[in-house]
Amino acid sequence: MEDRRQWPLYEVFIRARGGLDHKHVGSLHAADARMAIDHARDLYTRRQEGISIWVVPSRDITASDPAETDSLFEPARDKIYRHPTFYEIPDEVKTL
Amino acid sequence: MNIVSPSADTQGIDADAQALFRYVLRLGDLSLVLGQRLGEWVGHSPALEEDLGLANIALDLIGQARLLLTYAGEVEGRGRAEDDIAFLREHGEYLNAILVEQPNGDFGQTIVRQVLIDAYQLELYERMTASTDERLAAIAAKSVKEVRYHLRYSAGWLVRLGDGTEESHARVQAALETLWPYTVELFADDELDRVMADRGVAPRLSDVQAAWVRRIDEILAEATLLRPKDRPHSWHGKRGQHSEHLGYILAEMQHLQRTYPGARW
Repeated sequence: MEDRRQWPLYEVFIRARGGLDHKHVGSLHAADARMAIDHARDLYTRRQEGISIWVVPSRDITASDPAETDSLFEPARDKIYRHPTFYEIPDEVKTL
Repeated sequence: MNIVSPSADTQGIDADAQALFRYVLRLGDLSLVLGQRLGEWVGHSPALEEDLGLANIALDLIGQARLLLTYAGEVEGRGRAEDDIAFLREHGEYLNAILVEQPNGDFGQTIVRQVLIDAYQLELYERMTASTDERLAAIAAKSVKEVRYHLRYSAGWLVRLGDGTEESHARVQAALETLWPYTVELFADDELDRVMADRGVAPRLSDVQAAWVRRIDEILAEATLLRPKDRPHSWHGKRGQHSEHLGYILAEMQHLQRTYPGARW
């Protein structure tokens, strides 16, 4: 049973401008998704930080287990050949 | 009271400018006093998120007041700046409708007052974007975007509270009964309102009222609240006759400028 005295937590993602991805900026409490959008607007876009907001109930996010950090991420460390560092990038390409 | 002809404190400007001056004060004082009232919630809101939400609305309103009072000072032409007008006038020189000076009460009462004013400002400013006064048209065009969000916020809350628990419903219905009588003044047009409408500076208040009632009825229906009946009123905040509440608001708001004249951040 959820604690009804506290509004559920939402994670907030903001798109700073067209063409960029939504980035996680923080979290807030709200009674539902609509209120979460309003709160996100008031809390996280006061200084023109964005043009689009996503909110996601925090309970719907599945996170990796910090205890498994070694087995999940360590194996990638010695495989530098996976980086595309062998390509020559033309000067005209700015935002790769 | 003759509101268009010169009075003691505005001698020397022509009647047209004086009428515009007083009309712009009505608009500016409405935003200023409501902004000050909402500011009282800072640090006291039911949730951190609402604290910022109400403060944002308060700041939008103060911003509108700055634009309007600056313009009023220019129309008056006696060299008064926004701060002089905001902080150095007396009780009877404020021309806001007295709905905005009513106490915050509980959160529900603040929300009810906010819905009533937001919907009023929205209908007013939407029409004022077509004002023959270019400056007011520009201020209205900027403000209407802010006010649209204010109403989204306040109406959203009114629906939650009205269509919420038995207690929240009872509280906001009671707040509506308390505040409704003051809405009549918003739409009671006097000579000044009519002169402004005739000149195309402002919309006809009867048009604003018709649209406002439609909008309010929609919100109240969704919030399962009942619209109280209009009753005759004797408020004349728009002519400078205020409730006792304004004195306390001004005491707090003007204290710094009156104690330390010309103080700056």
